[in-house]
Amino acid sequence: MHDHEHDHAHEAAHAPIVERDALTYYERRVQAIQALLIEKGVVTADEVRRTIEAMDARSPAMGAKIVARVWVDPDFRARLLADTKAAVAEMGVDTGSLIKIAAVENTESLHNVVVCTLCSCYPRALLGLPPDWYKSLNYRSRVVKDPRGVLEEFGLDLDSDVEVRVYDSTADMRYLVIPARPAGTEGMSEEQLAELVTRDSMIGVTKARKPNR
Amino acid sequence: MPQVHDRGGWPGAGPINQAGHDLSMWEQRTDALLVLLSSPTKQLIRVDELRRAIESLPPDAYEKLSYYERWISAIETLLVEKGVLTKEEIDRKADEGKVTSNE
Repeated sequence: MHDHEHDHAHEAAHAPIVERDALTYYERRVQAIQALLIEKGVVTADEVRRTIEAMDARSPAMGAKIVARVWVDPDFRARLLADTKAAVAEMGVDTGSLIKIAAVENTESLHNVVVCTLCSCYPRALLGLPPDWYKSLNYRSRVVKDPRGVLEEFGLDLDSDVEVRVYDSTADMRYLVIPARPAGTEGMSEEQLAELVTRDSMIGVTKARKPNR
Repeated sequence: MPQVHDRGGWPGAGPINQAGHDLSMWEQRTDALLVLLSSPTKQLIRVDELRRAIESLPPDAYEKLSYYERWISAIETLLVEKGVLTKEEIDRKADEGKVTSNE
């Protein structure tokens, strides 16, 4: 899956592919560890392949479907806010070994943003793999101290009377931000609404897209 | 003074690089290996153990290594600690990789 949200940085993300004679130190370690684990029967090559395929299959589209359902179905919204794990299971999402997952809802007067200051804890089942910046030392350092400044860097300029809450994830506790439903979306179907919900809006560094953009 | 992994409010942090990259094969494998080794059927590595192994990397290594380089370092540490693999056999196998060109 390719994310085209950050076109300004596109050049940097795609450095020219350089022919290499040898693998890096860590690439060789991975290859060696995998080969040995297969030789010893700890894992099989097929398991590795299937795990990679399952990882590729997860995407923010799952979270977007859930947000759109929250926007159109007040009963589902209430169930999700009361027990997020159970409500997303209704939508066919298996959050696996995650102990707890909580949905936090943005409103006109409250904006939520999620970080993992210690590492990279993230609800992969709903959002796919975390973006590189989420795992970066700079995001982890700064967003708890200067969330408004960080949000401005992402292009989100909040009014000063909007409260900002930063949630710090843990291995056992993950968060899903429910972005506010954009104005002018009254006649839209659930499927159309889901297209307005971006990965970054479910982390809380942006809002949902406006319609017809 | 917080330890190197405890970044909340860490001073001197600069702008956030919002550029992403598609995971390369070795990064996908590293991720898949952890998912498999921590799966309910294998239960060889728990997430808290991975965290401990990453957090006990020397501070300069923690700062310098990329995300999945930290992971594979930690996975190696744990597999050796648990006696699943030895450092010697990983070294030997990795040396074979030196002569292999990019697959």
